[in-house]
Amino acid sequence: MHPDTMRAHTMRSSAILATLFSLLLCALAGNAAAKLTIEITGGVEGAQPIAVVPFGNVDGAKPDVDIAAVVGADLARSGKFKPMPRREMLMTPHREEDVDIREWQLLAMNSLVVGEVSPKTSGGYDIRFELIDVFSGKKLLAGTVSSTTKGLRNAAHRIADKVYEDLTGEPGVFATRIAYVTSAGAAGRVALRVADSDGYNAQTIVDSAEPIMAPAWSPEGNRLAYVSFEGRQSAIYVQDLSSGRRERVASYQGINGSPAFSPDGSKLAMSLSKGGNADIYVLDLATRQLIQLTDHYAIDTEPAWAPNGSNLVFTSDRGGKPQIYRVGAAGGPAQRVTFQGDYNADASYSPDGNALTMVTREGGRFRVVMTDANGDSRRYISSGSLDESPSFAPNGNMIIYATQNNGRGVLAATPVSSGASHRLSRDAGEVREPAWSPLFR
Amino acid sequence: MTPRPIPAAGLMLAATLFAGCASTQPSPPTGSPSAAELDAMTPNTSGAPQGVAIDFEPAKPLSPLDDPNNPLYKKVIYFDYDTAEIPPDGADLLKLHAGYLYNTPGASVTVEGHTDERGTRGYNLALGDRRADTVQRFLVAEGVPPAKLSRLSYGEERPAAPASGERAWALNRRVELVY
Repeated sequence: MHPDTMRAHTMRSSAILATLFSLLLCALAGNAAAKLTIEITGGVEGAQPIAVVPFGNVDGAKPDVDIAAVVGADLARSGKFKPMPRREMLMTPHREEDVDIREWQLLAMNSLVVGEVSPKTSGGYDIRFELIDVFSGKKLLAGTVSSTTKGLRNAAHRIADKVYEDLTGEPGVFATRIAYVTSAGAAGRVALRVADSDGYNAQTIVDSAEPIMAPAWSPEGNRLAYVSFEGRQSAIYVQDLSSGRRERVASYQGINGSPAFSPDGSKLAMSLSKGGNADIYVLDLATRQLIQLTDHYAIDTEPAWAPNGSNLVFTSDRGGKPQIYRVGAAGGPAQRVTFQGDYNADASYSPDGNALTMVTREGGRFRVVMTDANGDSRRYISSGSLDESPSFAPNGNMIIYATQNNGRGVLAATPVSSGASHRLSRDAGEVREPAWSPLFR
Repeated sequence: MTPRPIPAAGLMLAATLFAGCASTQPSPPTGSPSAAELDAMTPNTSGAPQGVAIDFEPAKPLSPLDDPNNPLYKKVIYFDYDTAEIPPDGADLLKLHAGYLYNTPGASVTVEGHTDERGTRGYNLALGDRRADTVQRFLVAEGVPPAKLSRLSYGEERPAAPASGERAWALNRRVELVY
């Protein structure tokens, strides 16, 4: 293949909602091997009841996406909402003035979303929506989202984001994307892919007969850095997602691993072993100046920036076993962060900088934990035995990671507070190394 | 680390072995697979086509690297969990390859480090590199010119035995000499 060629695969899709306790979304692709499934696992106790009424189509609008179904599935996936099954709806209003609020009070809903789709003269659609508080009958939110014909799913995700933010006070992350690595098997082709947060619209960014590792988003969400072994040499690439153009920014003897963009997007932290053993380096992407941040005969790897850019956490076995350390962005002495357990690795910060997530080993099991920024107050997020690659969603409410299900690599996202988890898997092959995009503004 | 002279006895031993004498078999760590399994894992690095030969050109002499009866046929060293220490049988095998590399003009090798699947991918990439670096430095200490060596870590990305469990893990914690 041409390594510089971006191969995009568009997906046809259909959505089906299931029961109160489980919800299944299938993205049906042209080829069966690319099928993506999201499955919500665990109970939805404490989730708020909400009715997302099927949107009306006016003036001959014929959208090929069921907007309300996408909004409802998004809200369900957050673990914080329990959308009402459609078959239980007794009426389907599309405007606030048509809503009989007592009916929804009797159905024990907390909130109600109605809306309608109308064609724009210039092509595409306007989607008008309203969010109504069922207790008071008051309109909480009203808005119109404009969409191209092909961008209807994204428009629905943006509506879900607005509803989520109004009801929870936190930004929604439905109109974001997730990067991940897939492989067809141990020796099969490997691909770096990017999909919507619900697994739809998966695109291949690059694919290769050799391993691809460690995707990392730029803070603007327009570039991905990753490690690729094309030509049986390891190198770090930075690829622009809209043009597909990419640049090889590190290809030294030894490892070229674990790239991480600085919060302002100007620098790339990485782990290089060109000096004989793995140390943390920072590359200025404009000037190409490479600064060595750590210098120790032990392994120093997996750097991750603090959101304010003042420091980085990284994995080092300088104490004998892998633990998390912190070093200032200008270098200097490193401080040990984790002391509990004999294997802590691959840490990253929450968006507010107050928490870390990392992999820990206990009793031979590798699981995802969350701690405060000092490595204390730790608690388990995952319950597998080979869980890895954790990172926070851009609103900090979920942690996404790789886990095993029936011996296959799948992705999982678990809320940091409470609520249902969900899993993203392919019907064939492995999915691993998830990285959640930043919020697109 | 600076190269030190090859002991004459070592080179003579190596030269004898090139003639095809039997030698100690390298074996992976305790609780590990059989020699037959390890043979099956040994990569074929001859680069020769595997199809049916239709030409009748005179056959070239078989390289000791491709001769299953030669100890140099084995090109994989196995490691214990989370360590880059070369086990004694691995050191024996590496000395033979050092002799071959020292004595064979034009021979060069990529030292490829690998790990099992346990632990994070970034740390394992560095651990595989540490294994490759240890082997590289061992070969240089045995007299191999550094220019004949390069190293590459795949971490846990290219398992020899794509499965979970002690047996597979023992096969995957390895350094491969790729000529």
